[in-house]
Amino acid sequence: MLSFLLNRLALLLPTLIGITFFTFILVHLMPGDPIEMLMPERGIDPERHAQLRAELGLDQPLLVQYVRYLKQLAHGDFGRSIVTKKPVLEEFATVFPATVELSVAAVSFAILLGLPIGVFAALNRGGLFDYAAMSVSLTGYSMPIFWWGLLLILLFSVQLGWTPVSGRIGIFYDVPPITGLLLIDTALEGDVAAFTSAVHHLVLPAVVLGTIPLATIARMTRSAMLEVLNTEYIRTARAKGLSPVRVVGVHALRNALIPVVTVVGLAVGVLLAGAILTETVFSWPGVGKWLVDAVNRRDFPVLRGGILLVAVTVVAVNLLVDLVYGLLDPRIRKAT
Amino acid sequence: MLGLMVIVAFTGIALAANWLAPYPAGEQFRDAFLAPPAWTEGGTSRFLLGTDPLGRDILSRLIVGTRVSLGIGLLAVVAAALLGVALGLVAGFSRGVLDAVLMRAMDVMLALPSLLLAIVVVAVLGPSLLNAAAAVMAVQVPHFVRLTRATVRGEMVKDYVTASRLCGAGSLRLAFRTVLPNCLAPLIVQATLGFSTAVLDLAALGFLGLGSQPPTPEWGTMLADSRAFLLRAWWVVTFPGLAILITVLAFNLLGDGMRDALDPRLRR
Repeated sequence: MLSFLLNRLALLLPTLIGITFFTFILVHLMPGDPIEMLMPERGIDPERHAQLRAELGLDQPLLVQYVRYLKQLAHGDFGRSIVTKKPVLEEFATVFPATVELSVAAVSFAILLGLPIGVFAALNRGGLFDYAAMSVSLTGYSMPIFWWGLLLILLFSVQLGWTPVSGRIGIFYDVPPITGLLLIDTALEGDVAAFTSAVHHLVLPAVVLGTIPLATIARMTRSAMLEVLNTEYIRTARAKGLSPVRVVGVHALRNALIPVVTVVGLAVGVLLAGAILTETVFSWPGVGKWLVDAVNRRDFPVLRGGILLVAVTVVAVNLLVDLVYGLLDPRIRKAT
Repeated sequence: MLGLMVIVAFTGIALAANWLAPYPAGEQFRDAFLAPPAWTEGGTSRFLLGTDPLGRDILSRLIVGTRVSLGIGLLAVVAAALLGVALGLVAGFSRGVLDAVLMRAMDVMLALPSLLLAIVVVAVLGPSLLNAAAAVMAVQVPHFVRLTRATVRGEMVKDYVTASRLCGAGSLRLAFRTVLPNCLAPLIVQATLGFSTAVLDLAALGFLGLGSQPPTPEWGTMLADSRAFLLRAWWVVTFPGLAILITVLAFNLLGDGMRDALDPRLRR
């Protein structure tokens, strides 16, 4: 297991270096002069300009600048926002929990609904339920989720008035951040009204963000189940006289879950891409909205630091999935 | 098959957009802001799907928008496929440093969520329709590179390649005449499925205000423009989204069908 871990870490190193190099070079690709962007007033005199260039080290060779950039990162210095003047890392720490909460809710929704749909579709292969479930899931898979979000708002928030239109919690609740996850924080506080408000705010965005994962999981589960149901050991289990529930629930589902777990785990990137749109539609104060705002305000330090942090998060979660997968399935460990 | 029929129909609409659209896409009717669709109360047969907040006919804008979405999507996917296949062939044929550098670079691009990478490209180049196409292309290239490299590696060890090499075929001939035609099936499937992602990403960029700029009638931009009127006029938001959904669904259906037909190895 240790060699497996080291192997995966070694593979990651070039990717991480590549990511830092990419975000480093980004500033040099961005339009506009970095010093003029830092200075609020227009027209800095050339002498001051040159002095600032030297102060910031922008007159040094690229490689020297890159090494300095890496040193800053190692000290946790991801730059400062031009707009709010706050450190990027601090801003990220405030928006990240919101995205985590939304993503976890979305994935839970997708798994809770997707797994049973996939299993029943596989058991009824060619039947009406199978056909309907697969048509709906292909539609869900093709869904422009920003539009889907607007439609749901129109139906549930405007017509029926069941859920709020945007935000994370009603404005009159003041929840001191403990974990940053509102559901947990309000529950810890024992504030029932605030908890209910947070749940109401969370439902629609989670459904919207969970739609594409739901479709993917249903389709994956179905095909994995179909494959497993044809194997010899399922026939053996049936021949032994085990109950159908046990055969499907224990023998088949467990093995069918392996590919499903991988797909779900490796879909973090897809989820974050969806979060950008979902958060914009619902004004959810998470990482996605933060980054889109940064682009619109031309706040390049935030964009640069944010991209790096998101990319590292994706890489870290992928590694975690890989390791869990290795733990679950010894064949993967041996293969590397 | 259904997917193909829809795509053919939409392509026809895109090509004949100027004749099919009842009005020019930018024409404003000052007597009819936010007119509802024809079949609802207060609708007129002048505007079948109603008008938007600026009094422009939604049907006309959707029809002209077909041209934008399909055209730019096609451009992005073809460019991504050409670049990706070329890089994939290079990586597949060369072993060692070049291959390693290329593949790690692709890993970096894949570590970023697709839409975020597209946003970064637009942030660097500035928001416009063509830059959005470049962004969508950049998102798709790594997938083509990986797929090409993997299939090329798979073909290289086969006997017919060795035979061709023994006959004295040069690297270029080997790459383009011998190996590439045998790798096409999965690439065609990838391109079809890539098209659906391209249409979706393009609309998403438009929705975020980072794609085509108004008044270009791009579907995602239309959605973003009319979002504020969601509460008063459901039709301004519903129809552009429906157009996106139908197009993406059609390409996904076609892609699934082609995968089953062309590439038995991938069949599930």
